[in-house]
Amino acid sequence: MSEPPSILDILGPIMIGPSSSHTAGASRIGFIARQLLNDKPSRAEITLYNSFAKTHKGHGTDRALVGGILGFGPDDTRIRNSFELAKKEGLEWEFKFSSDFNRFHSNTARIKLTGEQGGSVDLTGASLGGGRIRIQEIEGFKVDFNAQTHTLVIIAEDIPGSIKNISGAIAERGTNIANMYVSRNEQLANMVLEMDQSVDKETLKKIESFPWVKFVRRVEPMIEGTSRYEK
Amino acid sequence: MEFNYLSEIVDYCRREGKDIAQAMVDYEIRNKGTTRERVYEGLKRILIVMEESVEQGLTQQVITPSGMLNNWAKRIYQSPKETLGVALKKAVARAVAVGEVNACMGKIAAAPTAGSAGIMPAVLVTMIEEHGISRQRILDALLVASAVGLVFAKNSSFAGSEAGCMGETGSAAAMAAASITYLLGGSDEQILESIGFALKASMGLVCDPVGGLVEEPCTTRNAVGVANAFVSAQMALAGIKSLIPADEVILATKEVGDLMSPKLKESGQGGLANTKTGREIQKKVFKIVKEEGRSS
Ligand code: SF4
Repeated sequence: MSEPPSILDILGPIMIGPSSSHTAGASRIGFIARQLLNDKPSRAEITLYNSFAKTHKGHGTDRALVGGILGFGPDDTRIRNSFELAKKEGLEWEFKFSSDFNRFHSNTARIKLTGEQGGSVDLTGASLGGGRIRIQEIEGFKVDFNAQTHTLVIIAEDIPGSIKNISGAIAERGTNIANMYVSRNEQLANMVLEMDQSVDKETLKKIESFPWVKFVRRVEPMIEGTSRYEK
Repeated sequence: MEFNYLSEIVDYCRREGKDIAQAMVDYEIRNKGTTRERVYEGLKRILIVMEESVEQGLTQQVITPSGMLNNWAKRIYQSPKETLGVALKKAVARAVAVGEVNACMGKIAAAPTAGSAGIMPAVLVTMIEEHGISRQRILDALLVASAVGLVFAKNSSFAGSEAGCMGETGSAAAMAAASITYLLGGSDEQILESIGFALKASMGLVCDPVGGLVEEPCTTRNAVGVANAFVSAQMALAGIKSLIPADEVILATKEVGDLMSPKLKESGQGGLANTKTGREIQKKVFKIVKEEGRSS
């Protein structure tokens, strides 16, 4: 499902040092968690796995993750002071360290975010080097996407017609679904949809209004090369 | 439009009557739905950040919190002793400058990674100064470098934790070698040869940063990467052949990376990180970078 990489991402990203995997990639994972939460975060529980757990100190991995959660892109110099800024914003955070080489890529972070409205999200992402990342679990579902394109994450009851209804709602507005990936557990299905354009608010509302839909979130890509996020 | 190997890019160039830089513009337009103007704007932004990071390291105070790096770039730049003329000395200083800025959480362009971010800017700024090359041409050299990075990313890895330092300073040196060869009028074949030379020289390079910090040996490896790039381009431009084609050298870096012990791949458990002095520095660093695990 991986998209061809942009040459501007190969020659970049433009980022705050010192490590594209441990700093830039970490802030991207944090930022995607923030987008999935879709609320002002009040609490973050972050577990660092494998190499991340061992070598995060001094790479600013911790500051980058917290910065990402605050909404800072990898090239945002505020990352340097993200702990101080998080305190001001009322974000509490806690780091845990673990190791599981069988299950996770060597640079992996799991982020459990709670928002001010009480919502929460649980995601696991891997930093692959060069600032590239992949999100690998959301709410316990296996996923595999990089948020380089407009992405929708939907969790819904696994009933006949659910996929058809969702893709119908998106196609109705003329948005083209480039890729769709589904994973399932006993009752629920997780869908990750990658699209050429952003899905508008009405479409999101419509999908949310299906009674069997539990969770709909939009993740927007970064503008090429600059690593800034589209607002 | 997929480019999996350098040979495919060269074939495309031959078919379309284009050079590697323009092939990469085509790649980006087709895969990213972007325009030529936006590609060049993006490249310009990257070049500006590269130039600024060189400038910062040569003019501002850069002392890392660990104390391992302490305004080295300026010291090299101003050194009265020159092993091979002023051009090499300055090129080395520029690479170290970006390494220092990066270690101080400054802004850099990770081409292709932050740990190896000093090589491309040092080489490009040096090419502008020594050969009077226009900044517009430099943007094309960046495109040529991106071709190397693209194929390397597909068939090997930029992550020190997967491919060791081959993946970082090795791939950056290869990208830079390709840029130099291109800028000095080398053919597509010669560009590929220079990539092969640079990667062969980096084969098996481990990732063993002391204290887990991107400072030592990273910064000086960037400086050596610059020399590698100029040497590799020099050989290629003279018409020397790398014998093992560049694509196969890239595949070999993948194999070697897989064969390398995880201890030698960014774990802090082998190589320089595991020397007596490396361990002592690590202990000191951990005291300085005090535990900040909890917010409250
Ligand atoms: S030693 Fe490791 S961290 Fe340092 S530049 Fe090389 S790959 Fe990167």
